[in-house]
Amino acid sequence: MTDRLPGFDTLAIHAGAAPDAATGARATPIYQTTSFVFDDVDHAASLFGLQAFGNIYSRIGNPTCSVLEERVAALEGGTAALAVASGHAAEFLTFHTLLQPGDEFIAARKLYGGSINQFNHAYKNFGWNVVWADSDDPSSFEAAITPRTKAIFVESIANPGGVIVDLQAIAAIAKKHRIPFIVDNTMASPYLIRPFEHGADIIVHSATKFLGGHGNSVGGLIVDGGSFNFAGDDRYPMLSKPRPEYGGMVLAETFGNFGFAIAARVLGLRDLGPALSPFNAFLILNGIETLPLRMQRHSDNALAVAEHLANHSKVSWVSYPGLRSDRYHNLAKQYCPKGAGAVFTFGLKGGYEAGVKLVSNLKLFSHLANIGDTRSLVIHPASTTHRQLSDEQKTQAGAGPEVVRLSIGLEDKEDLIEDLNQALDAA
Amino acid sequence: MLIELPCPIPYGLAMDHSNYPNDYIRGILNSVKTIALVGASANPARPSWIVTKYLLERGYDVIPVNPGIAGTELLGKKVYGSLAEVPGPIDMVEIFRNSEAAGPLTDEALALDPLPKVIWMQLSVRNDEAAARAEAKGIKVVMDRCPKIEFGRLSGEISWQGVNSRMLSSKKPVLSGKGFQKLGLNRP
Ligand SMILES: Cc1ncc(COP(=O)(O)O)c(C=O)c1O
Repeated sequence: MTDRLPGFDTLAIHAGAAPDAATGARATPIYQTTSFVFDDVDHAASLFGLQAFGNIYSRIGNPTCSVLEERVAALEGGTAALAVASGHAAEFLTFHTLLQPGDEFIAARKLYGGSINQFNHAYKNFGWNVVWADSDDPSSFEAAITPRTKAIFVESIANPGGVIVDLQAIAAIAKKHRIPFIVDNTMASPYLIRPFEHGADIIVHSATKFLGGHGNSVGGLIVDGGSFNFAGDDRYPMLSKPRPEYGGMVLAETFGNFGFAIAARVLGLRDLGPALSPFNAFLILNGIETLPLRMQRHSDNALAVAEHLANHSKVSWVSYPGLRSDRYHNLAKQYCPKGAGAVFTFGLKGGYEAGVKLVSNLKLFSHLANIGDTRSLVIHPASTTHRQLSDEQKTQAGAGPEVVRLSIGLEDKEDLIEDLNQALDAA
Repeated sequence: MLIELPCPIPYGLAMDHSNYPNDYIRGILNSVKTIALVGASANPARPSWIVTKYLLERGYDVIPVNPGIAGTELLGKKVYGSLAEVPGPIDMVEIFRNSEAAGPLTDEALALDPLPKVIWMQLSVRNDEAAARAEAKGIKVVMDRCPKIEFGRLSGEISWQGVNSRMLSSKKPVLSGKGFQKLGLNRP
């Protein structure tokens, strides 16, 4: 082997995926099976005791899913990963591995709305308390730290787009206080931003979006950066204390720098159950093979559309960090020089009514609540996802009556611009 | 041909004791047969027990060494109180103790006749002075690595756990053992 390391595009196709050992199948087979036969009783005991590598039951692990895991671990530069049923499941199992009832974590206020709900409401049932901070002001994270703070959570590029987070500044605070730093890298994907290189300890993904990339499969990933030493750290008993589930095994000791990923699997996924189907894993893997090509095209198209809208007479503002005038442009140049992603928002001078008309006039853009599809997508948050909020709350959430969110797809950018033009003319 | 990234932790390319080429590790795991495992534990939850079991299943002749349980049987193997008490030649001494203890244990290994071919210190165990003494006698040294993880990584087994093996290959992994759940070290 020469001293050249494989590049990102090579990893996107090959990492984790050798030909099938039994049949030689070159594409990763869909191991659509619940269970795997043991060689003998002793082999079964070894697998259940975490003493041998191998497959038992597809809730805990599956060979199609594990190719996806290794692929994403390689693309992010992590030590290991865990594939789960959705992005939300990835967040859930990550916090379940780190937090005890009564614990706190600090999260950036600008996040995907579903994550805000999950943190504010669902997690309250587990006694996990979110404390909100301002990702535009890293010192607000430090100010929020208490002895019960067990994690810090941000999105690298925050949904609904347009916000680039200064990962290094927040990572420095997390490191100083020895708190694991979790980054949701869904919107950027490892092609645009690799958070471990900026100090993240754990990465989560909604693979539903750009990793899968074709709008056909819900899935999630947790990636272990291997950088946080949980061994001997009493604050994280899942990792540092003898586990009764495994005869007193200490996972951080036994599995070293991929102990977090193993703990999320054998204490989280095994017991709580949000497993990814092998079929979804296969589709997401197929998507990832073209991730570098797609992300570049997504970003280039988005910049072209954002530039066009910024000069349109019916548009009051455009929030896209790829635009030179944008307040996040310098952070974008630092963290994602190849492009600022596919998703952004803009404001219509005509307000709520114009937003409603725009989405119904568009012919190529699909009106739906997702991002990261080959197809271009549009949503008017005030009349859909944020409908139940007061006008003031809508504005605070970045979903004021005039706001439209786009997820730019892989079509010809001229066709996207023409569709927006005709719909704006009629709005 | 495998495209191989160097051992996973830490990242880098040159051969030194932070960074072993895969061929070096594979060469060791292919050439040794008798492994004296110092610090063997009778507790199945301990990493040393797990590694002993795994290496036995892979066909290595593992000889547990631990003065605290000398004379007992561990996984069907007789436990010895020290390296000197082990009858017959030892190919590799695997040190499952802390970094400080690895010093005198290395000296015990260097007093063996014949000398072992390899001294391997477990993940998190590192003693550079001891390594230098062993290398001066022509013994290969590995530090801060786990033979089970390395075997799993080089064979591809560890990929089933979602671990980044840092190996890319367009060739099939090699099946070994009776089922489909054991892979061999020597992929084409
Ligand atoms: C940034 C981000 N994180 C997490 C999620 C949740 O992912 P999923 O819908 O796959 O559960 C989403 C979904 O929109 C998202 O955009």
